[in-house]
Amino acid sequence: MAGTPAKAEDFAKAAKPALALVDLNKAYGALKVTDQVSLEFAPGELHAIIGPNGAGKTTLIHQISGLAGSDSGHILLDGQDITGLPMAARVRKGLARSFQITSIIPGFTGLENVALAVQARLGSSFRLFGAVSREERLNAPARAILETVGLLGRADLPAGLLSHGEKRQLELAIAMATEPRVLLLDEPLAGTGPEESAAVIALLRKLKGRYTIVLIEHDMDAVFALADRVSVLVYGRIIASGTPDAVRHDPAVREAYLGEEGL
Amino acid sequence: MTPLPEPSTTAAPPRPASRPGFVRREWLPIILFVLLALLPFAAMLGPEKYTLSLVTRVMIFALAAISLDLILGYGALVSFGHAAFLGIGGYAVGILAAHGFQDAALQVPVALLASGLFALLTGAISLRTKGVYFIMITLAFGQMAFFFAISLSAYGGDDGLTLASRSKLFGLSWLENDRFFYALVLALLIGCYALTRAIVASRFGRVIRGAKENPVRMEAVGFSPFRYQLAVYVISGMICGLAGVLLANQAEFVAPAYMAWQRSGELIVMVILGGLGSLHGAIIGAAAFLLLEEILSGYTEHWKLIFGPFLVLVVLFARGGLLGILAKVRGKSGGGR
Repeated sequence: MAGTPAKAEDFAKAAKPALALVDLNKAYGALKVTDQVSLEFAPGELHAIIGPNGAGKTTLIHQISGLAGSDSGHILLDGQDITGLPMAARVRKGLARSFQITSIIPGFTGLENVALAVQARLGSSFRLFGAVSREERLNAPARAILETVGLLGRADLPAGLLSHGEKRQLELAIAMATEPRVLLLDEPLAGTGPEESAAVIALLRKLKGRYTIVLIEHDMDAVFALADRVSVLVYGRIIASGTPDAVRHDPAVREAYLGEEGL
Repeated sequence: MTPLPEPSTTAAPPRPASRPGFVRREWLPIILFVLLALLPFAAMLGPEKYTLSLVTRVMIFALAAISLDLILGYGALVSFGHAAFLGIGGYAVGILAAHGFQDAALQVPVALLASGLFALLTGAISLRTKGVYFIMITLAFGQMAFFFAISLSAYGGDDGLTLASRSKLFGLSWLENDRFFYALVLALLIGCYALTRAIVASRFGRVIRGAKENPVRMEAVGFSPFRYQLAVYVISGMICGLAGVLLANQAEFVAPAYMAWQRSGELIVMVILGGLGSLHGAIIGAAAFLLLEEILSGYTEHWKLIFGPFLVLVVLFARGGLLGILAKVRGKSGGGR
């Protein structure tokens, strides 16, 4: 069973976190959306951040990924301060993300979408000659990743024509192709039907351990099945953090959040 | 969600990115270039000078339209000041010639350098904006170039500058020969077409195309699109500057009107009329625009009254421009087989 107390403690005690947030703040006017958030993510753990709607989960992911700035505080990737870096630079340092609303390049095929991410990692993107679509150096790794996510059969279809669930899988493949150490996943199950979400959950289980994963998700069954640790965000504050079981039975959490979900 | 940009998908909705259509369309530029190469022989049977001059003009504008399609069709960068590069190329020829430097061996490098620098400076500023603001700021830079040219009183100011002769080619007066000039323009058109074709299919081109569709996704895989967009803007400006060199030589005249915003608008019309994002669509668009202008203005000076509705119809009913109509017609005849 994933997420036994002993295992979670190992993660918490790990000397050097893969990703650390230190007193992170952000406000939109008078509204504090991120309020003194400090969290550590141990290498290889799958850490879910849950919270009611409007708790500031997506903003937090935006701040970590660099899509949104932070008012104060620090973000450390492998101990290195990346707070001031733009998103693209953070990705090159090994911090990839997916989006709540699927973000792919619809006019590119699935293969091209992933090969583009491989290209971003390998560089030489000022090369003006040579047909990129025939470059095996880009296509071979892209195909391998598409196989991992189960989309190899759909690789040559324009990504805009894929089903919603397949697009979610493709977006994960794109993130993987940047060879991140830390993956930020913003509701990878959002909008998926039961069968599609089963496929994505199976994929997340496959990825677990290969990357340090920060997961935002509304599907509580998925969260408690997958996560090593769970943190609860309410009105921009972390009110609890621990093993799924500990969080599930935390009275403050039950009052603030889980009660209304009927857990 | 934006619709798929490739005309191939809009032209043949039932089948995704239909391979037959794609392969067939690639014949079109070859047919186009072969026709252009054969035309001088046909022209000998009629009013040769007139025909060659008209089609040479078409090819020069096709070159400018291709340069615009490179950033507009593949990068969604709506430059509303692209005619400035025509003027910069033209004035490089005119000003150098006025000082006795008539050789293209000097004029062309100077023209390319000047248009590249102008693109680098204006692009570095305008590419920090998006959408309507990018359109406005490129328009503003285009107008600045226009009024700067007007202020060049030493070089004719408002009236422009008449060239004593066409440029020399390493000391030789070959460009004076209309047939040679036609062949040279055609060769440059084919060369630049091949160059831009290679660019859009390259690693670099993939970054440009990706940034057009989803800039946030590009940043989320580690690209900063700005540098790539600036580079393609410079390439585009230089190709258009080359077209300006040819235009000045064809007319043996340079004037601020080359840079007027109406001219920039006409370049956009050519690209959209032909079909965005295909490169040879720009050639077809330039040809259609200039030939219609030539024919319609023979009937009435208010030819734009007829051209305007025509353009509206094409944009409304053929999303892929004239190229889209061609693809549809062929798709139907191919499907009935």
